[in-house]
Amino acid sequence: MKPSAFVYRRPASLAEALDLLRRHPEDARVIAGGQSLVPAMNLRMATPGMLVDLAGIETLSALEVASDGSLSAGAMVSHNRFLRDDRVKSGWPAIGLAVRHVAHEQIRNRGTMGGSLCHADSAAEWPAVCLLLDAEMSLAGPRGERTVTADDFVRGLYETALEPGELLSFVRFPAPLRGWRWGFHEIARRRGDFALAGALAGLAVDENFVVTAGRLVVFAVEDRARRLDGALSGAVGRRLDEIDKDLAGLSAAASVDPRSDLHASAEQRFHLVHACVMRALAAAMQEPTGTING
Amino acid sequence: MAEMHSIDLVVNGRAVSRNVPARLTLADFLRQDLGLTGTHVGCEHGVCGACTVLMDGDSVRACLMFAVQAHGREITTIEGLTPAGGLSPLQQSFCDHHALQCGFCTPGMIVTAEAFLTRGERIDAASAREAMSGNICRCTGYVPIVHAVMEEGRRRGLARNEDE
Repeated sequence: MKPSAFVYRRPASLAEALDLLRRHPEDARVIAGGQSLVPAMNLRMATPGMLVDLAGIETLSALEVASDGSLSAGAMVSHNRFLRDDRVKSGWPAIGLAVRHVAHEQIRNRGTMGGSLCHADSAAEWPAVCLLLDAEMSLAGPRGERTVTADDFVRGLYETALEPGELLSFVRFPAPLRGWRWGFHEIARRRGDFALAGALAGLAVDENFVVTAGRLVVFAVEDRARRLDGALSGAVGRRLDEIDKDLAGLSAAASVDPRSDLHASAEQRFHLVHACVMRALAAAMQEPTGTING
Repeated sequence: MAEMHSIDLVVNGRAVSRNVPARLTLADFLRQDLGLTGTHVGCEHGVCGACTVLMDGDSVRACLMFAVQAHGREITTIEGLTPAGGLSPLQQSFCDHHALQCGFCTPGMIVTAEAFLTRGERIDAASAREAMSGNICRCTGYVPIVHAVMEEGRRRGLARNEDE
């Protein structure tokens, strides 16, 4: 239960970090908050020859609202900084709804958005909320920076668009969506455990409480989170209190191809998707815009 | 021979300088290099919470970071939260409510609860449960632990009597 020996480097700049990755392509592994990597190292499931710690790169810890109203989050911003930030609470409430379910307090203090996204666990909340909000990822690499959409970033289980020598530097969340309500529900065996299934729903509502658009993400079910807005097509044009949640849940369940694993069978996951979508929608229907429930 | 790193940090209010190999976890550094054995090592993969310490006031798992990463930071362990020759009110509350039996998880529980209460926000039994959910106890069944945290919360004016 002790990690194997490794070389530790803590670069002070992005350029220095990229240089280390370029010079040690076989050995170097990026460490952000380490809340997934260090357990894997302690269990010797991961034995990197070198850790490149991003904690010394100040720009990656920035959390800023840009002039166009978008939120720019450095990869090293911890889960709890999002949860305690008033700008995030009011402008991007869906982030708080999802991220408060990341593990436990101690993990949320140290774990980071970027680390969670790059780890790309299918049950993680961050890839799901990035997909819901149409976030974009900035990848820094030897040939400069490139941008990919949230849907292109996570490719599969533990698989991302990052090429060797690249690292995730920033995530940009588009400017706040006014008039949207958000709901989240996940089912895990214990509080803070990886979800067996989860759903995030968003509903745009006009002044007469008629739904004008809907977004839905289901996660922890397939190899990666997936947008299933089509499951809400029956809700668009209806009043908020007339939405058929059961139909949306069934429609979402009919659209997924769940995996079976130690924790839940595919059959059970069909049922859980139905339940999560119904409960996420119920939460969104009740939720006044721009607030987070307790 | 593994590469050694020179680190300077503050532990329980005292400046500490040591040379450490990169692979030494903060938990093992506190226990083996500094003799602060109150920080317990349970699962060593971030599940049990027994190794919880404060870093710059925030609760963290000392088994999920390396000592070299604590360079320049301020660490508080259970020893730093325990008054000389006695118990803190929070520790006394744990005794009064039978919130410990074997005691293995207790240092992590106290450190986690201290971070929760120090935030100074209003608390109730639900938020206390959520705050303590990252710490596993195999003896008590958790109800006495929540009672102990709530009593200390009331003493600090963070909870009303009917909040439990």
